[in-house]
Order: sequence, then C-alpha cells, then structure tokens
Amino acid sequence: MKALAAAVLLFCAALAGRPGDVNDAAITGEALPPKLSDYRFFADLAAETPAARVMPYDLETPLFSDYATKHRFLYVPAGQKAGYQPVAALDLPVGSAIIKTFGYPQAGRFKPLETRLLLRRASGWVALPYVWNAEGSDALLKRAGTRIPVTFTDPSGAARSISYAVPNQNQCKDCHALAGAIAPIGVKARYLNHGGQLEKLRAGEMLDRLPADAPRVARWDDVRAPIDARARAYLEINCAHCHNPAGAASNSGLFLELGRRDPVAFGIGKRPVAAGRGSGGRDFAIAPGDPDASILVYRMESTDPGVAMPELGRATVHKEGVALMRQWIDSMPKSAPAR
Amino acid sequence: MPRIWTLAALLVASPAAAQTVTIEAGPEAQERLQAALIEAKPGSVIRIGTGRFELTDGLSLDIDRVTVRGAGPDKTVLSFKGQLGAGEGLLVTSDHVVLRDFAVEDSKGDGIKSKGADNIVYKNLRVEWTGGPKETNGAYGVYPVSSTTILIDGVTVKGASDAGIYVGQSEQIVVRDSTVSGNVAGIEIENSRHADVFGNVATGNTGGILVFDLPNLPKMGGGDIRVFRNRVVDNDQPNFAPKGNIVASVRKGTGVLIMANDNVHVFDNDLSGNATSNVMIIAYPQKYEDAKYDPLPRRIMVSGNRHGRAGFAPQLPGADQLVAAFGGSIPPVLWSGAGDPASLRVTDPVPVLSMGLAPGAAPETAKPAPAKLAGAAVAQPPAIVLPAAMEAAAK
Repeated sequence: MKALAAAVLLFCAALAGRPGDVNDAAITGEALPPKLSDYRFFADLAAETPAARVMPYDLETPLFSDYATKHRFLYVPAGQKAGYQPVAALDLPVGSAIIKTFGYPQAGRFKPLETRLLLRRASGWVALPYVWNAEGSDALLKRAGTRIPVTFTDPSGAARSISYAVPNQNQCKDCHALAGAIAPIGVKARYLNHGGQLEKLRAGEMLDRLPADAPRVARWDDVRAPIDARARAYLEINCAHCHNPAGAASNSGLFLELGRRDPVAFGIGKRPVAAGRGSGGRDFAIAPGDPDASILVYRMESTDPGVAMPELGRATVHKEGVALMRQWIDSMPKSAPAR
Repeated sequence: MPRIWTLAALLVASPAAAQTVTIEAGPEAQERLQAALIEAKPGSVIRIGTGRFELTDGLSLDIDRVTVRGAGPDKTVLSFKGQLGAGEGLLVTSDHVVLRDFAVEDSKGDGIKSKGADNIVYKNLRVEWTGGPKETNGAYGVYPVSSTTILIDGVTVKGASDAGIYVGQSEQIVVRDSTVSGNVAGIEIENSRHADVFGNVATGNTGGILVFDLPNLPKMGGGDIRVFRNRVVDNDQPNFAPKGNIVASVRKGTGVLIMANDNVHVFDNDLSGNATSNVMIIAYPQKYEDAKYDPLPRRIMVSGNRHGRAGFAPQLPGADQLVAAFGGSIPPVLWSGAGDPASLRVTDPVPVLSMGLAPGAAPETAKPAPAKLAGAAVAQPPAIVLPAAMEAAAK
C-alpha cells in the first residue's frame, strides 16, 4: 500500500520534471493545463524571467495587434533542435512551445493581458489562450476567449480606448491554419534573422544549422529600405496567414505571401469576390497609383467588423501601416487596366 | 486506498462520446455558447434554447460531426446587432456538421459561413437583416464555400447585400425548398460544379437565381447545374449591392441569370413579374487577365418553363425604344450575344432577344435583335444524390 502510494508519487514527479525546468509533460500531454504557471516556462512568471531553453525573440516586421506590446519566447526541449527552413517556419520538434504575451504599458509598467501558447504535441500543434488575472500573478485558460476594456496611448500620443479581444481557441486556428492543420506563423528564418537571434538559437543548441545566406525581410518601418520590400513584408506578416492558397482566405484568390509574383494574385487590378460591403464601392484590391480607389486601403482604414481586415484582433486602425500601404500604392505607375 | 482507486478510475475513464449540451438564453451567452462549440466532441448535439441570444463576437465551430439545433427559426434567435468582431455570425470549418432550427440576425458581415466544411446540412434556418434591404447589410446569408457535398433545405434569407444563399467554389450541391427575398441576389451558385437548385421561391430580390463563374479564383469552370421547379417571381428590388462586387451589375427585375457556365439546365420553373428578363444567358462582362478562365456560356438548355409577364421595364440601354419596338415588353429570354449559339438551346414557347454584345463590350454598343437559340440538345446531368445520413439529418 505504502509502496503503491510512493510509486504514484514518483510517477507524478517524473511527469512534472525537476523544479526549475519547463514542465515538458504539460506541453506534450493530452490535458489542457488550466494555468500558465503549470508549464513553468518562467522561473519568475510575473517578472517574465525565462527558464532554461526559453529564448525571447522578436520579429523584424510584426503583425499589428491594436498597438499591443508583445513578448515572444520560443522553447525547444533539451536534446532537441529546431530544423532550419529557408522559407517555411522552423521545423520545431515535439515538445516545443511558442509563448506570446500581449499587453500594454500602464502607468509606466508593462501590464500583461493575455498569453497565447502554441504547443507542439505528437498529434500536431495546439493553440491555447490564457488570460491574466488582475494581480498579474498568473493567467488562466480561457478557451472561449473574452473581451477586456483597455485604454492606452498610441505612438502618436493619442489616447485610445478599445474593447480588446482575446481570441477563442477556434479563432487561434483561423489565423494559424495551413491546409486545415495549426501551424506557427512568425518563427521563420527571415523574420528572426536580426539582432543575432538565429545565432543565439544556434549557440544555445536549439537550431540545427544556420546557413550564412539565411534570408531577412525588410523592416516595415525602416525608411532606408525599398518601399516595395517594406510593403510586401508588412502584407505577408499581417495578411498572408489567411491570404494564401492553403489558408482561411484561399477562396478569395488574393494571395499575399512575400514570394507571390503574379500581380493580379497579390491584388493589382484584382476585383473583389466575396467582399460584400468590404469593397467600399471600389473596383480593385489595389488600384495602382490610387490608394483611395484601393479596397485594401479601405479595409485597413475601417474598424467595422463587416469591413475591417484583418478580421480578428484589430479594433484600431494602424495609422502607420496604412501610411505605408498608401505610399506603396501611390508609388506604382498608373497603368492601363487589365485587358 | 479508495482515493487511489478514484484516481485510477479517473485516469482510465474514456472521454464521453456523443453528448447533448443545452445552452439557454441569458447573461454571458457569448462565452457559454462559444465554449460549448469548442468543447463539443464528435457526435455531440448542441441545443440552443428558446429566446434571443445577444452576441458580441462571431461564433465558430471546428469539430466534426456536431449538430447545432435550436427550437425553431422564430424561437431561437442569435442576434449579432452588437457584434464587435469577426467577419460573420457563425463560422463552421469542420465536416459532417448539421445546423438547424435557429435564426441569425443582423450580423455585421456574412450570416453563416462554412469553409472547407464537407457534408454540411443547413436545415430550417432563417438569416435576416431586420432593417430591410440596405447597402450596410452583410454580404451573404448562408455561405458555404470551398466544400464538397452541401445541403441547404428550408432556409429563409432576407436582406443580404450580395446573395441570400451563396454557394462558392464547391461540388455536389443541393439547394431546395428555400425562400429568399429582399436580397440583391436570391440564390447564387458561383464557380461550382454539380448543383441541383429546386423547389425554391425567389421573390423581391434584384435577381432571383444566379449561376456565375468568375476569373482569378482557385476553383473555376462552373457547370453541370440544374435549376428546376422554382418560383422566380417579382424580383423588383433596386440593386443595393456595394459597387465593385459582381452582383452590383445585376439589373433589377432579373429572374434566372446564367453567366460563363457550362451545361446548365433551366426547366419547369415558374417565371414572372421580372421587369428586365425571366432568363438571361450572358458572358462575363468585365475585363480580366486569366488564361485559364472561359467567360462564355456553353451548353445552356432552357426548356419547359412557364413564363408570366416579363421584360416590361428592362434596365438596359435604350430600354424605352426597345419596349416600344416590342409592343410593351421585350422578350422574356435575353442572350448577351456572346458564345456559340449552336451550344445554347431555348425551347420555351417564347421569343429570345439577343443584345448582340461581344464579350467585355460596353452595353451601349448593343445591337438588339430577335434571335433563335436552337443549339444541339444536351442530356441533363444526373440528379445529385446526397449521403443518407445528410438526408436523415434534414428530416
């Protein structure tokens, strides 16, 4: 009897791993851990002090999410490495996790609202949203998502009050689905390749190789970079997770990956298909030389749920992003319309 | 000891299989309903109680073999009047789903969308924009797309600013016994193959039933479609579609419109009160760049339809002269003039008017003239037979 109890305890301890390490069983198990702290990604969760093999990173050009500040971390389990990929997302082994905390500076301090997890299980990726408690001590699983009223100051100094949307588990998949399966978006070599991040992953034995010619996207707000490269990087990271032939917007025929070369496919002279009032009475996704006649600009400038793009996670207009799109479209020669 | 046994029992307990969950109206309906949709297991039935559910965000379902069932399309109402996010009221992305006996009202975008959702049943639903026809209404009422095997049965849609019932880029489609009114397009089958559209009533729309194919899309080459035993009458709604969309070009008073499709059979329908035309056969009218796209109508068979009054106020260039020339109304079957007449066949006992337009030519260049479309007869495609489980779910 005592022996049995001890065996159970031992079994539990084995599942939980050693204190101080990430709880690998929480990542790979079938359960949905109710608390963010259950994973032990952080030695100090409130201070976001990462545990071993939990690497902070950022993206050269990020997804706009209502001006939220995002803290991103990648975990690859001991003895394993991510497989380098030149175009696709890094090939992350079972047991890996991507951790992304969203929040806003409040009274000079970062206040987390939610943390989204992508867990690489044997059966594939699982996406889970966790919502922080008021004290900022832990976050709780909220599969159905929620809304949180937030007031913050945008980069132009304007105060904004929004109903911040924490996505539900299905909405995670809306953006992260590729041919029906959940997939990471941002952890691609070209988005990570700055500030020595890939080198750090390699040095930390978390990446299997790092070619000298690893690609790099333009920074969307780097005024020294070519406007076309900045605009296409912005469109890819903000839109292409749905707008690709295997994504949620495949039926639109509008495909915004960086490598897409057919002008109609990435919007030039492309008529709307199922846009409805999202067209704003305009004829083309992109009307070269004429941002005010371009549906893309209309939908980015709207916050109406039936019109706004992206459909999720945008209750504010990204003024600086719109300005980039306008400048890009303006720079295109007004050509004769197709055929 | 008992504790350990309890633990063991918990460890080995298999997750419950088929289950029924009931969600009643009341506070936090959004979270309770969305949680039920997420936590459903294959085989689950989610019952939605009687009453109004005031929702703030789009709902979504991504589990196979789930039935979502209300108490009736006038009893269970999902209202999206206060919607703050998402492009539709309800989104389904899983297979073998049954949606029945509830209503979706006033969604900001589309009403119910299903994408990549095979074997889906839409039964006895109502989707409505309650403020009447408005440009600010959502585009589609029910919107299955990129799917195989679709049944839409006994569905009512009112007020869509594009199409009430829209099926896009799909295969094996049945749309039957449904009622569409006050939409720009009543029913639209677009870039799809193998569809039966029958027993429906389309009235008070701008256009009743549209069969379209558009360029620059992943799936093109629509056809093998039968449109029969429908009542397509008095489609007199002024077009309120936002400009830029293809349906914004549909003329008020269009009955059945076939565009750029292959092997479409229109028969045994009641067609009347359509001021522009009861049946239109046209080429894709806009400029495009797509080598794989065929803009012409091919193998279009029109037979055995009953024509009431039509063509009495056509929205066409030079309408007044045309109407006068034809003694008060133009012929009820209209052909744009593009396509091989040897592949078009109209045996209804009514005259046909050709607009004499080349594909992509401006309507102002029309050279209207009576035409005879007596192309070779083509056998109808076989009836669409749905899996027995789908028919059973729609009983």
